[in-house]
Parts: sequence; structure tokens; C-alpha cells
Amino acid sequence: MSNKAANSGDYLQYLLNSWSAKSADKLSGLSQLRARAIDSVNTQRLPNKRDEEWRFTDISPLTQLAFPPSQQQSKVVQANDLEQFYLPETTNRLVFVDGHYAAELSTIADAPIQMIGNLPAMMRSRASTIESHLGHYAKIDGNVFSALNTAFLRDCAVIIVPKKTVIVEPIQLLFVSTQEEVSSYPRCFVIAEQDSKLTLIEDHVSITSASYITNTVAEICLAANAHVQHIRIQRDSQQAYHLANCAVSLAHASQYQSVSVSLGSKISRYNLEVQLSDENSECTIDGLTLIAGQQLSDTHTCIDHIKPHCTSHQQHKCIVDETAHAVFNGKIMVRPQAQQTNSSQSSRNLLLSNTAKVDTKPQLEIFADDVKCAHGATVGQLDSEEIFYLESRGLSKESARKLLTYAFAADIIHRIPVASLQQQLEKIVLNQMQGV
Amino acid sequence: MIDSNSITMLSIKNLHASINGTGILNGIDLTVKSGEIHAIMGLNGSGKSTLAKVLAGHSAYEVTQGTIEFEGKNLLELAPEERARAGLFLGFQYPVEIPGVANTQFLRLAYNTIQSQRGKEELDPLEFDDFVREKMKLLDMNPDFLDRSVNEGFSGGEKKRNEILQMALLEPKLSILDETDSGLDIDALKIVAKGVNQIINKDNATILVTHYQRLLDYIVPDFVHVMQAGRIVMTGGKELAMELETRGYDWIGSDQRNAKNRLTAGAHA
Repeated sequence: MSNKAANSGDYLQYLLNSWSAKSADKLSGLSQLRARAIDSVNTQRLPNKRDEEWRFTDISPLTQLAFPPSQQQSKVVQANDLEQFYLPETTNRLVFVDGHYAAELSTIADAPIQMIGNLPAMMRSRASTIESHLGHYAKIDGNVFSALNTAFLRDCAVIIVPKKTVIVEPIQLLFVSTQEEVSSYPRCFVIAEQDSKLTLIEDHVSITSASYITNTVAEICLAANAHVQHIRIQRDSQQAYHLANCAVSLAHASQYQSVSVSLGSKISRYNLEVQLSDENSECTIDGLTLIAGQQLSDTHTCIDHIKPHCTSHQQHKCIVDETAHAVFNGKIMVRPQAQQTNSSQSSRNLLLSNTAKVDTKPQLEIFADDVKCAHGATVGQLDSEEIFYLESRGLSKESARKLLTYAFAADIIHRIPVASLQQQLEKIVLNQMQGV
Repeated sequence: MIDSNSITMLSIKNLHASINGTGILNGIDLTVKSGEIHAIMGLNGSGKSTLAKVLAGHSAYEVTQGTIEFEGKNLLELAPEERARAGLFLGFQYPVEIPGVANTQFLRLAYNTIQSQRGKEELDPLEFDDFVREKMKLLDMNPDFLDRSVNEGFSGGEKKRNEILQMALLEPKLSILDETDSGLDIDALKIVAKGVNQIINKDNATILVTHYQRLLDYIVPDFVHVMQAGRIVMTGGKELAMELETRGYDWIGSDQRNAKNRLTAGAHA
């Protein structure tokens, strides 16, 4: 690698400079947003372990990895490289290669064609809607990665579901990494208008085992009575760095359900911020982290109860093997107005080796006095009596351990409403165990 | 049934075993032949369940002396799963709950593992479903059990029926049923016993580990052994169980107990 940035400031400056050549383009309506993001990056530094939000995750290796933003390359990836990631349940699929929209790999059925597309195309018909929402949910200040992503904003998966529209088939957003030693900035932006319904699969995959950086931002805005199911799979290369921010805003009586699965990357960080901005809104946030080797996977969530009568349920599970390290920080904020809040959070962690590590931190900040908030955290190992039971039925120790590990993960996987994706994940957890 | 053509299935000689350095089995001798039903009785803490777990290969117990042969092979050299594949089955006193794994998935996995080991054909989910439903009729089990997680939320009786269902599926040569009657009401006990009786034949053997005589009214043993302080102190026919029921355990083996107490006292002196 020729470009090394000695410290965090140099690193960010390097990234911004490498982008400037491309910054003048057609999307003038969004240039203000980008300019603001660039200004924000200039005032920030990379977080370090002295920052409370990053105390368990050392992100400093990034300063040694001054990977330039990826350039769009034609024909680097063929459709048959990607078939393994296609889901038979869905025909609507947007594919982004190293962050760049790949029209030739994407398919959109006739009906939703007005609702789904890449940002430049969608700007032609929906500029005012996009400009009044895009960048309004994911915080730029105090979040250098979100700011960087916004500074580099160009391609972006846009989904705008009109009022009273139910999109039955899940929509797959496939973000593929192909190049080594680049950074890419995938982005998605979803508006579910009143009484609409959508299932979204955000899938981060790679066809390279090399090192690269993915810095992704998703914004999801639910209008009154909207329902969104958001499935997020992070299966980047084992050498990758994956930094993700997702911001969700819920209006009156809307419902957001998410399942996020973290499997890949050397270091990954997922920040999920859910704002229950109006009464009777509900969210269910489930997560599964499955890591081994020297992986580090950090999930930070914040569920913000702003208004009364809202409900949130969260279950996060980590399965950690070898010398991997998982982090879960689950903040539940109940603001003074948010009476009659009903909230539950559970963090369950399974350590498969003596050197595996988990840091779990439930964080409840409750400023209302008439609320129901339950939380719990457990850390354990596979139960030797359970292993013996399975061995006594003829299963090898290895198979028994795999089956029990699978069992631990199963309830999260079963919440994914797409059968083929469930099966893919089950296989990953079982590691192709025979006979099941 | 005792059969003149029977072969020796299990041969235990002078078996000593301990857990965390504490001796639990202190010299067991037992021979079980095909076609036979043996009952092992005794008070809590006499070592009955330990014997069952040592036979199945539980790693918490260390065999410090003695030998166990299963069909002429050294059982102690085999890992628990190899013992199961060789045809040994332990019906657990407290079957383990496995949330997240459907019972049918578990049963098929166990069945196919054993089948493939015997060089027999494995069953796909549909074939297995037919097969297991037929076996479940033996035990009057509701087919709902297939879709529920393994033993999760099962009542005591349901768990025990699920154990016997596994015995029926795996067709072991030697079954050790550890306190299969505990937690069963009389109706459930009859159903379980009926199931076991249908599985038992002249080519397999069964060891019933039980505290009470009541199970033996329904599964009639050929031999009854009484354990005390990690030893078999008395062996008789089924009438011995009756006698224990009326007289309790106190009258047996007082000599051995006294001997042991003296030894312990001596060691502490």
C-alpha cells in the first residue's frame, strides 16, 4: 500500500482529497448536503477507545488503511458470480458493486418501477421528496463515518412506497464488494408512506477475500401505519472493515421489525438508531452475531422512546468462537413524555472457546415514571449435559456442538420471513452438518 | 426372558468409578445376557444412576478400576457416541431440553446417524415422518410432539415417553432405563411399560434402574440387584423386588455397611 496516513486527521483528509476530483457532478440538488458533510468531516476525527461509544472497539487500524474510494469498473462482476446470493422469493433486486449501482445486474418488476431505483434516476421524478428526507435521519455531526458516507454520496438505493401500497415480494438490495484495498460507500434510503408495507433485504456480500472498507448508511422513514421489515445480512470478506449506520424514524402506529445478522469482516460496527417519534409505534429489533478467528463485531443500538404508548422489543444474540470478540451495547432511552412505554431487551451470548470474548452493555435511560422496561443479559457456554445427551444418541461431539449452536441461533434466524435466506443462514450456522 | 441360546452382552467386573475424586462405584460385578431384563434397585445415593452414566460414557465420571465389556469389546475405550452406535442406549432420568431444535429433526438425526453406522439406509424427512408416526402409536403420543422443540415444555411423563420413542427408533441391543418411572402417573406408567415391552425381545437386553418396585409390576425382570454404597449387595429374582417393597432396604447388607463405616472411621483416625 503506497498511501499511509499516520493519524486520524491525515486519514480523513486523504479520503476527502481523493474524492474531490469527482465531487462536481449533476446532482446539484444534493450538493448542499454533501458540502455540509464535507465540512463536518473536517471538524471530526476518527473515534478511539477513549470515546465512550467506542470503548470496546479499537478502530485505529483504519488509519493504516488509506484505501481510496472505489472507482466504478465495468464488467468486473458477472451475473453468475452473484447467483449464489439471489433469493428465489424476490424478483426486485438492486445490485451495487463496490458501492456503484450496477443497472445491468439489477432487476425491477414492472409494478414497482416507479418506487425503486438508484438515486440519480429517482431524483428525476421524486426530487422534492428525496431532498426533504435524505440525510435527515442519519446524524452527520458526531458520527464521522456517516459524515464520510454522506460526503461521498452519489449512488444510493432509493425505495419510496406510496400510500396504501403493499409490496408483497421482498426487495433485495445486494451490495457486492469485488475490489481490494478500496473503500466503498453504499447507501440506502427508504420511505414507507402512510399505510404501506415493505420487506427489505439489505445484503452485504463479497466475491473477494481481500481487505477493503465498506462504510454504509441506511435511512428508513415510516409514515403513519406503515410496516417495514428490514433484514440486514453482513457477510463481507473476513479481511474487510465494515462500518454501518442505520437510522429509522417511526410515525404514528407504524411498525418496524428488523433482523440483523453479522457474520463477516475483520472488524465490523453496526449502529442502529430507532426513533419512536409518535404514539403507538412499535419496533422489534433482533440481532445475531456469529464470529470466529480474530473477528470483532460490535453492535450499538439506540431505541429512543420519544412519545407515549410505544413498544420496543429487542433480542440480541452473539456466538463467539476462537479468539473473536463481540460487543453489544443496547441503549433504551425513555424520554419524559414517553409514558406507558413497553420495552424489553435481552442480550444472550454463547462463548464457544476459552479465548472468545463478549462485552455486553444494556443501557437504560428512563425519564418517565409510568413505564414497563425489562432487560437482561447472559453469557454462557454450551452445556456439557446437553452435549452428552446428544452424544448418547450417536452424534459426534462436533455434531452435538454444532446442533446446540444452531439451536441457540435458531429463534433469531426463524424471524427472517424469507425461507431461502433462513436456509442459507442455517447452513452457515450448522456448517453443512450432515443429516439435518 | 432367560434363554439357553443367549449370548453375553454386558460383562462388568470389579468396576470402580469416581467423580471429582470421590468414589461412587466401589466394585460392581454384573453380567447381562441377551433376552434378559435386569432391575437395579437401591436407595438414593447408592450409585444406580452413576452406573447408568458410566455405562453410557459420561465424561464427568472416571473409571478407576475394573473392566466393562460390551459384546466382547472393551466399552471403556469407546466415546459415548461410539457406544450408542454400537447399540447401547441410555434412557435419561432427566432428559435434556433443547430449545430451537424440532423434535423430529433431532429424532431423524439420531436415527440416521445410527442407521448409517449400521450400513443401513437413511430416511429423508417424509419417509421418516411416516416411520416415526407409526412408532409414536406404540406410546400413545400426540404427533404434535414432532414439531415442538426437543423436550422443551414437555411434562415429566412426556419426556419419558420421548425417551422410549428414541429407544423404539434406535433399536438398541442394550437399553439402560434410568428411573424411567419417576414422575409418571399410573396411566402414563402403563403406557411407557407397554411400549418398552413391545421393544424387548430375545436378542436385546434391558437394565431398569429404579427406586420403586412399581415399574416392575409392568416390566417383569428376570433378575433384581440391590445396590448399596456403590456395590451390588444382593441379587435375586422378581420376588426380591416385592420383598423390598414391603420391608424396605434396611434389612439388606447391614454387614457391608458396617464394614464400610469401620473403614471410613479408620481412615479418619
